[in-house]
Amino acid sequence: MITIDAGSLDFEQLGDQLRRLAGEEIVIERCLGQRYIGSGLKNTNIEIYGTPGNALGAYLGEGSRIVVHGNAQDATGDTMSGGSIVVHGSAGDAAGYGMRGGTMLVRDSAGYRAGIHMKQYGQAYPALVIGGSAGNFLGEYLAGGVILVLGLDRPAGVAPVGRFCGTGMHGGKIFLRGDAIPPELPPQVAMQPAAPEELEAEILPLVREYAEAFGVPPAHLTDRPFLRLMPNSRNPYHNMYVNN
Amino acid sequence: MPIEGQVRIPSGCAIAGIFSRSGERMSGDDVIRSIAVMHDRSNGLGGGFAGYGIYPDYAAYYAFHLFYQEKKHPDAQQQCEAFLRRHFYIIHAGVIPTRKIPEITDEPRIWRYFVLPLPEKQETSQLDEQEFTARCALRINAEIEGAFVFSGGKNMGVFKGIGYPEDVGRFYRLEEYGGYSWTAHGRYPTNTPGWWGGAHPFGLLDCTVVHNGEISSYDANRRFIEMFNYQCTLQTDTEVITYIIDYLHRKQGLSLEETAAVVSAPFWSTLEEMPEPDRSTQIYLRKRFSNLLITGPFSIILGFEGGQMVLGDRLKLRGMVVGNHGDRFYAASEECAIRAVCPDIAKVWSPEAGEPVIVTMDRKEAAGTCAPR
Repeated sequence: MITIDAGSLDFEQLGDQLRRLAGEEIVIERCLGQRYIGSGLKNTNIEIYGTPGNALGAYLGEGSRIVVHGNAQDATGDTMSGGSIVVHGSAGDAAGYGMRGGTMLVRDSAGYRAGIHMKQYGQAYPALVIGGSAGNFLGEYLAGGVILVLGLDRPAGVAPVGRFCGTGMHGGKIFLRGDAIPPELPPQVAMQPAAPEELEAEILPLVREYAEAFGVPPAHLTDRPFLRLMPNSRNPYHNMYVNN
Repeated sequence: MPIEGQVRIPSGCAIAGIFSRSGERMSGDDVIRSIAVMHDRSNGLGGGFAGYGIYPDYAAYYAFHLFYQEKKHPDAQQQCEAFLRRHFYIIHAGVIPTRKIPEITDEPRIWRYFVLPLPEKQETSQLDEQEFTARCALRINAEIEGAFVFSGGKNMGVFKGIGYPEDVGRFYRLEEYGGYSWTAHGRYPTNTPGWWGGAHPFGLLDCTVVHNGEISSYDANRRFIEMFNYQCTLQTDTEVITYIIDYLHRKQGLSLEETAAVVSAPFWSTLEEMPEPDRSTQIYLRKRFSNLLITGPFSIILGFEGGQMVLGDRLKLRGMVVGNHGDRFYAASEECAIRAVCPDIAKVWSPEAGEPVIVTMDRKEAAGTCAPR
């Protein structure tokens, strides 16, 4: 294990060091705002103490794992394609921006536009789990993958997401714990109770991963029903600008 | 030399603010350290600060800070001072002390005047003291070539220039000032080349604005606000935001919350769902001042005598983090900028889209032009 004191390093110096150490187990201490940490790295473990900067784990590759002891800032996991990011705190805006694969677990809440334009292809199927609640525009332009919001900071009857959830969504799935209807849901988003087979095959594996990462009893996470949001058709926006 | 496409400049403007609720005076050091952490958001083409409570010995006078482009317009200072003498008592005048550092070059001549309107001039104008002073400042900027008033409030001052903000702060020796409220800006100019006057904060009287973003309603807003005696001389969006806030808050008498509801109005669908009487009030504001809706990404910190207001656009297209720690309030584009000066802060959070976060002094005697009504 290699420890880097990031106290006096700017983002380029830190990035250079991380690229030289690719494939290792790395601990970053005194992190403060350096951007692009772990960008594009494969098979590398990075543990971070402090506050990493924007675009943490951007383009993260297969086999990498980033663990943050603190909050993450904006655009965490921007276009990541594999591996995992675990945040022991909250994430800023646009967490999981354009994710193409891998898993992101956020213990607390996420800001606006979490999971914006996540997508899937073949075996690549990204998953974003938010333990607390998410801000407006969750899953905006969602094209693939899965987003699960547990709403552990919300009482029963209060949706764990802000307004305009799934705006522009045309693929993928959003699961919300509880049965409260999200405010100002766009008409192109269809809401239904999650089916038993979805609970078993899609929700519970993510819940178990979250529970293990943050030491929460899994039963506590499944004490409410789950809602599923999906696009209402294969081509939800065909009448929006022109008929096509 | 690398060409476009081979080099990435990861910039996007940065803002930060620190406020003491008890009015404790802080040197400019903390706010410089806070903004410096976000160095990569700026590109060296502008940095600046506003400090409040920094001129206690001249608290009753308007502190005019001026740039003179002496090389291009050698007569600017003479003309400007003649104008000032015709309209104001000048109680004190002199250069603003600066420090020669290699990072800051080609500075204009930078002067400071503590002034009060001449009673007979103000009486003839039939304007109140603030309006008279504001109009004089705007007139200098529009009519005297090479002179630019970049600060003009009481017991406060703007300090700005070309460079990274941490260098601009050292240049102006901000560690020698004591203020209960500071805001800061690191600039990445998008639509203008970047000049000393165009750096942030923008100010009119004691209201100052630091801004991260690029508003898409600039020209619509400009055309409307110029009907009310404002002249946008610099083509930057922050200038128009400053005048909009001055117009709504000082001239129209809207509260800061109402001002925020105009510039960052909620969606019509959201308005429809609001409970009464908020719904009617918000719809009235939305209709009455529809030309002053600001669209496009922005987050701002408004500084005023006795307080600060943090506000983001209606879609929240720019990041903003705020937090409290004891007597202090902190705000910044990124959490790391708060942690840099307050590592143990218990809780930070992001305001909602269009949600104003207003912090004022515990003592109520502050009553500047922007003070909450």
